[in-house]
Amino acid sequence: MKYVLLFVDTEQFAADLEAMGPAERERAYARVGEWMATHRDKIRGGHKLQGPQTATTVRLDQGEPVIMDGPFVEGKEVVSGYTEIEVADLDEALRMVATWPGCPIVEIRPLES
Amino acid sequence: MAQTSHTELARVVREHAGRLATALMHLTGDFAAAEDLVQDAVLAALRHWPTEGIPDRPDAWLFTVARRRGLDLLRRQDTYRDKLARLQWPVQPDPDEQLRLIFTCCHPALPRPAQIALTLRVVCGLTTTQIARAFLVHESAVARRITRAKRKITDAGIPYRIPNDDELGARLGQVLTVIYLLFNEGYLSTAERAQSRDLVDDAEWLASLLHKLMPTEPEVMGLLALIVLHRARAEARFDTDGALVRLQDQDRSRWDRHAIGDASRLLIRAGLLQRPGPYQLQAAIVACHAEAARWQDTDWEQIVLLYDMLLHLEPSPVTRLHRAIAVRYVRGPNKAMAELDTLAGDLDGYHLYHATRAELLRQLGQPDQGRAADARALDLTANPAEQAVLQHRLTWT
Repeated sequence: MKYVLLFVDTEQFAADLEAMGPAERERAYARVGEWMATHRDKIRGGHKLQGPQTATTVRLDQGEPVIMDGPFVEGKEVVSGYTEIEVADLDEALRMVATWPGCPIVEIRPLES
Repeated sequence: MAQTSHTELARVVREHAGRLATALMHLTGDFAAAEDLVQDAVLAALRHWPTEGIPDRPDAWLFTVARRRGLDLLRRQDTYRDKLARLQWPVQPDPDEQLRLIFTCCHPALPRPAQIALTLRVVCGLTTTQIARAFLVHESAVARRITRAKRKITDAGIPYRIPNDDELGARLGQVLTVIYLLFNEGYLSTAERAQSRDLVDDAEWLASLLHKLMPTEPEVMGLLALIVLHRARAEARFDTDGALVRLQDQDRSRWDRHAIGDASRLLIRAGLLQRPGPYQLQAAIVACHAEAARWQDTDWEQIVLLYDMLLHLEPSPVTRLHRAIAVRYVRGPNKAMAELDTLAGDLDGYHLYHATRAELLRQLGQPDQGRAADARALDLTANPAEQAVLQHRLTWT
């Protein structure tokens, strides 16, 4: 089955990352790279997203399209990236996510077949 | 054999519904379809058996209904249909299949109320109506919960499998929590629900099924022992007027010594596996009470020790409250009160905290403050049996 892993950052996580020295931050990124490499055979693509301050939201249910600055949900938790994976079932996805070394929240969404 | 008793009917359905679900699941690989067929068969049984009597082969009867309905339902899916047409009953249930069914119902990706409802429906053969009545919720809410959960199992790819060794601990914990919650719900429910199905029976049956399927899991043994120990003393908990009787006032000759002995031996066997856990410890505490011939013989030292171990594994203010009650009998009311004082912040909204304080305050010669604490406890409980005890105390002491 195919799933998308939605990676979610918290303010705390962003602050922690900010507070790291360059070497420490390098190691944090390296751990994520390692995780990606370990699961290469299951990963079908994905990206890190630019920050929520770069987001633009368009509403189409109010007659004319309404264009707004910012993400759809304003909040302390923001989607910061996604990865598409192909695994046997939800348990395999859960096992993968259990070792994710990056942001503190991951949403697992099955793709429509 | 007309007029089949309520409990007998529940027992037979419980015995066979899960096995039928297992067989159908094995055949179709489709959890939602198997679940629907079992529910249909159970509903048909509850319509026919009360007046016609339970058939000699209830499993074959249920199977025949499910198959007829299945052939109808699956007519577009030729592969299942052929298999179902050829399927002969009885099918010997494979223990692993039964476990798979239980682990799927209790998958952590499902919300707890759905885990409970699915387990009751699929493994124990309860109808949606019975579940709604047992939990005092609207039938449509239960139905929605089940539909949503079944859809999620299919759409999100929740597998039908036994967890790997490295996941087993956490996943078994989910199953044990579901059984424990069922037991609590049944045990604490009051007379209003006497007409509904006894969830305590279902909880004990599930725990012993799980024990049969996973005979070397000490926490399964612990939960089973805990349930058996509570049930062995259940009759003495209420007097002839239906009022709650406190442990120290219970007529211990009404306790089921045979069941208490069985549970204690089960606990000892669990202990030999050397993997202690919260259920084993809770059962050991209850065993200390159950094995005491008289209230005065209670081994409070041992109980305090067991609470210390339980708190080490699972810190909780409610467990600390219970430990404080045991401390009262080992080190006296002053020490117990000092411990209660540290819990004021966490348990101010909990009736047993105030009821316990009330008892200690009276023992310490502060009856007025004791009455105030009892009044506070009375405000906080909705359970009629507990309200009656507190009311009695406020009137007479």
